[in-house]
Amino acid sequence: MVSLILILFVALMLPGLIARTRARLSGRKGVRFYQHLHNVGVLLRKDPIYGASAGLVTRWAPVVYLGATLTAALLLPVGGFGALLSFDGDLVLFCYLLGLGRLALMLGAMDAGSSFQGMGASREALYGAFVEPALFLILGTLALVSGQVSFNGLFAEELGGRPEMGVVMILMIYAVFKIVLVEAGRIPVDDPRTHLELTMIHEVMVLDYAGFDMALITLGGWIKMALLALIGASALATTFWGTAPVIVLLALLFGIGIGVLESMMARSRLSRNTTYIVTIIALAFVIFTIAFLVMREVSIG
Amino acid sequence: MRTETILNRWLKVDPRSGRVPLKEIPRLAYSEWYDDLCQCLHEESCHVASYFGVPGPEGLWLICLVMDDLEGSVRIASYRYGRGEQRVLPSVTAVHPAMHVFEREITENFGVSFADSPWNKPLRYAHDRADWLHTMNDYPFYTIEGEALHEVNVGPIHAGIIEPGCFRFICNGEQIVHLEIMLGYQHRGVERLMRETENRLRQAVLCESIAGDSAVAHGTTYALLAETLSGQTVPETLEIERAIALELERIAIHIADTGALCTDIGYQLGQVACEALRTIVINTTQAWCGNRFGKGLIRPGGTYYPLTESLNERMLQNLEEVRRRFAEVTADLLDSASVLARFEDCGVLTCSQALRIGAVGMVARASGLKRDVRATHPTGAYRTMSHEPILVTEGDVFSRLKIRLEEVMQSIDYVRTFVGRWNEGREEVARPDYTSPWAPSSLAFACQEGWRGEIVHVGMTDEQGRLAAYKIQDPSLHNWMGLALAVRREGISDFPICNKSFNLSYCGHDL
Repeated sequence: MVSLILILFVALMLPGLIARTRARLSGRKGVRFYQHLHNVGVLLRKDPIYGASAGLVTRWAPVVYLGATLTAALLLPVGGFGALLSFDGDLVLFCYLLGLGRLALMLGAMDAGSSFQGMGASREALYGAFVEPALFLILGTLALVSGQVSFNGLFAEELGGRPEMGVVMILMIYAVFKIVLVEAGRIPVDDPRTHLELTMIHEVMVLDYAGFDMALITLGGWIKMALLALIGASALATTFWGTAPVIVLLALLFGIGIGVLESMMARSRLSRNTTYIVTIIALAFVIFTIAFLVMREVSIG
Repeated sequence: MRTETILNRWLKVDPRSGRVPLKEIPRLAYSEWYDDLCQCLHEESCHVASYFGVPGPEGLWLICLVMDDLEGSVRIASYRYGRGEQRVLPSVTAVHPAMHVFEREITENFGVSFADSPWNKPLRYAHDRADWLHTMNDYPFYTIEGEALHEVNVGPIHAGIIEPGCFRFICNGEQIVHLEIMLGYQHRGVERLMRETENRLRQAVLCESIAGDSAVAHGTTYALLAETLSGQTVPETLEIERAIALELERIAIHIADTGALCTDIGYQLGQVACEALRTIVINTTQAWCGNRFGKGLIRPGGTYYPLTESLNERMLQNLEEVRRRFAEVTADLLDSASVLARFEDCGVLTCSQALRIGAVGMVARASGLKRDVRATHPTGAYRTMSHEPILVTEGDVFSRLKIRLEEVMQSIDYVRTFVGRWNEGREEVARPDYTSPWAPSSLAFACQEGWRGEIVHVGMTDEQGRLAAYKIQDPSLHNWMGLALAVRREGISDFPICNKSFNLSYCGHDL
């Protein structure tokens, strides 16, 4: 239970941290820290509005999206606090729960019957297909190092227990950071602040959603971002000081990292995104290979 | 000079005294007019500044003004199209695509048909058009059939606070195959309102609202035209003040556009820096005339807001601050790989395309086409300075950004020079003059280089010296087609930055 509360805490803090970092770096004071929570609160009190062509899929998609993400949250432990649900192979379920959420959003977008949403869904499908192998490779590496195939086992003890693993984990947090950028739709992959429908990916898929439904989607997105950030944080922290406060703090640092990155660089051309994401797969594969070699104590050179 | 021989039947007018009695305008047969025009437009230095119809009792009178950049003159000739005439005229557009906007307008407003015109679609659905059978709802969009292609319609209502306009994309996946732009939603009937009122203050205010971001440029053009019609000469001090206002407008909008380009690629650092700088510049204009966009500043015959020494001092101080900080922004932009990767080699408008569609102003200069009224047809304070237009040849989004970056610096230099000249010979400037009589039965024109490009106003008076016709040419009219060409084969997600790099006016086009 504590792990779930910690996950939700990170999820609710991250957007505020990103916004505050961005504001500070652009020389502004910025909105109050909890503004995003107020915004979602307002959305939660509003009724959803549906377009003329919206059917059942549109109505169910936000629920499925948030439901799938929350279920995935049940599988993740934080520090010493175990996950609510744990069994061998829950890693795979975790990935596919995120996949299910993505699928629900895509179908919901296409159900709107607008060319914009269709465009967004096709982009999301492409990027989703590429980011999934990267995530699997990362989780696979963790499984390889710990010799366990459930999240509880993965982060239960010091990973590998040797200093070489530290290098692997630093690489891994970098890869996970990139996955977070893709999954949360941040710069340089997507721009959550843009008003230009033609350039959007995630935002254009949810263009037709309003009120309560929009709140569910927003919350789902935050939780997804928190889950991935916590995986990265746990992987690094478990190598050194695997306590819950350290992990939560590291995960929150992701928010500051995203804020800094978004202030400093421009978004990539859309056609470059695929390259960007494929690079994450390559990086994940390199990490996997290094971890494998370290585990087998293969000496090189 | 070649135009001398080609256009020997056309009346040559010096743009500084742009007034001609109506009876002196050569009236050619259409075939003569057509031959002359088609031939002269093959010269790169020639382009049509204005071509419009004036309805009268005997029928339609079509007047055409050609600008010759080499000799710095304007050539005028006209032809008649009798009332009830059913003649089909050969289209100039078929030879020179740049003419499509003019011919489309004439067809739409007066029902003149042009044979083999490749693109004779309604231009802006004017309220007083001849053809009421067609409405905006059944605009004949171009379509391509194909399994792999899909259409994306954007607008007329857009996200964000921009004007309405309809963009129809035909895409192959993420790639744009074709873009058609349909405008007219901002049509307010400015030209008609101009001739329906005799109140010159109202006319001046109307001209300032042709395009809100070019209030000074359009206002100055109107003021010049009014002064030409009344035969007034204004003191040099006033001319300098107008030039300063125009350059301030250029600086402000160029900086704002630089910031907007950064916004569109999600580059926060450039965005916030430019937004702050733009505020300094428009606040300077506000300190001068009470309006951040210079509305109310330019009036025919005089001004309500003469410059003062303390204003000048403050202006120079602010501009120095802007120069310093904008130089930093420029260096940062040219240094950021992620920014350059978005702008370079994106949305290319080649020089030959720019020439064919009659691109003007900044867009033309970014494609290596030297079109700058300040250099070729200078008026007012620009006459006594040698202005060398900044040219970039690549024609991509980055070129249009680079033109902006450099023109800001150039304009700051110009303001310094102008302020220096203002200090040297200060004269008393009169209050605006709304009453002095206008020359009867005359045609007058005025042109200015606004930040976007060449602005041409043409006015015609009747026997009593009242406006009988008023024609406005905003640079956007020509350049919209440039945008449609530039985005071909680009990713549809790059359309917004291409669009922003052109930053064309909807209401300047729709009038």
